[in-house]
Amino acid sequence: MRDFNYQRPNSVADAAKALKGEAKLMAGGMTLIPTMKQRLASPSDVVDLAGVKDLAGIKKDGNAIVIGAMTSHDEVAHSAEVKKAIPALADLADGIGDPQVRNRGTIGGSIANNDPAADYPAGCMALGATIVTNKRKIAADDFFKGMFETALGDGEIITAVSFPIPDKANYQKFPNPASRYAIVGVMVAKSGGTVRVAVTGAGQSGVFRHKDAEAALAKSFAAGALDGLKTDAKKLNSDMHASAEYRAHLVGVMAKRAVAACG
Amino acid sequence: MPSTVKMTVNGKSVSGQVEGRTLLVQFLRETLSLTGTHVGCDTSQCGACVVHVDGRSVKSCTMLAVQAEGAAVATIEGLAPAGGDLHPMQAAFREHHGLQCGFCTPGMVMSAVDLAKRNKSPSEQEVREWLEGNICRCTGYHNIVKAVMAGARAMATGKGGDDD
Repeated sequence: MRDFNYQRPNSVADAAKALKGEAKLMAGGMTLIPTMKQRLASPSDVVDLAGVKDLAGIKKDGNAIVIGAMTSHDEVAHSAEVKKAIPALADLADGIGDPQVRNRGTIGGSIANNDPAADYPAGCMALGATIVTNKRKIAADDFFKGMFETALGDGEIITAVSFPIPDKANYQKFPNPASRYAIVGVMVAKSGGTVRVAVTGAGQSGVFRHKDAEAALAKSFAAGALDGLKTDAKKLNSDMHASAEYRAHLVGVMAKRAVAACG
Repeated sequence: MPSTVKMTVNGKSVSGQVEGRTLLVQFLRETLSLTGTHVGCDTSQCGACVVHVDGRSVKSCTMLAVQAEGAAVATIEGLAPAGGDLHPMQAAFREHHGLQCGFCTPGMVMSAVDLAKRNKSPSEQEVREWLEGNICRCTGYHNIVKAVMAGARAMATGKGGDDD
């Protein structure tokens, strides 16, 4: 790892000011530190958000659960509020990485990084979350722009994520047995007559909504409604862990499991 | 650039000069000479470097020393006094032969103590899921799982566990 200047501002405003040149924000550091070790990133400055105290925490706000950007996966997984309102989101958080990663890793960091195999992007997309930054509010559909790419601009910092509470939701992941990253992960959420299905781990451009699955489930919310579901393998990843065709198959399997688990 | 970092390690106030890039595990091993915490993979996968920071288990190879400024850190050395009785989790690892070469053991024990503080009587499945982030290349895990279950029960019956 190349050395850098470490900064720990106390406010979002000061953190935004510190984001100049080759500076990088750090939340839990679960991706940034390994990336810096490999010298895939060599920032001049690391701006640690841990000193900004009002960024962590979970609250219910009307019909939404609002999670502060620096809230750890472990806190989300064990939050009574989240488990009651959106148990699927608590389950999703409880399946990220391993216990030590969940103790340090944060929702804001995960979303800002937008790893194509991360779990939270699927949760955000399927639940129709709103990403709140120091500058604006961004719908999840507009936030995830592709592999490791988001709508975040220069000096823009995620402060919270707001999840509307669905009627039913479930997340099913086929994890890589070593890394626990999703080879394929599917989140299904139903609110009234609207069904949203988001797929992570599979797409060449990161998380995506499966519109065919959504249409089928809007007509009939049952696993059988997904019989014969087609997923275009041409747009999916192929690597040492799974071919695109296998991933396309898994999308259907995971989506059915998620619907069945919704009950 | 170098700066001074201060924290509490195993109940003692410590400080030292570090660079921004100095990892917590480097600070523990190289500055404080607490070499019980091991570096296995250095890629946050194997868990040999697990320590507690403010009561939660973390991988000290994937945390900067400066991030632990002001924190309470507990390492394997802090679990039991030198020459004194073993911590119940350590005793359970010995009793159940939960180690062979021993390289992963400090991380296994620190990870297990964090589990036992949250779950007084974890099931075999809960232990196996919890140990997702700790890799052992010798034992096949079976005796480690037995040791963690026994150690958690021993901690719950008041034979120790106050490590932080």
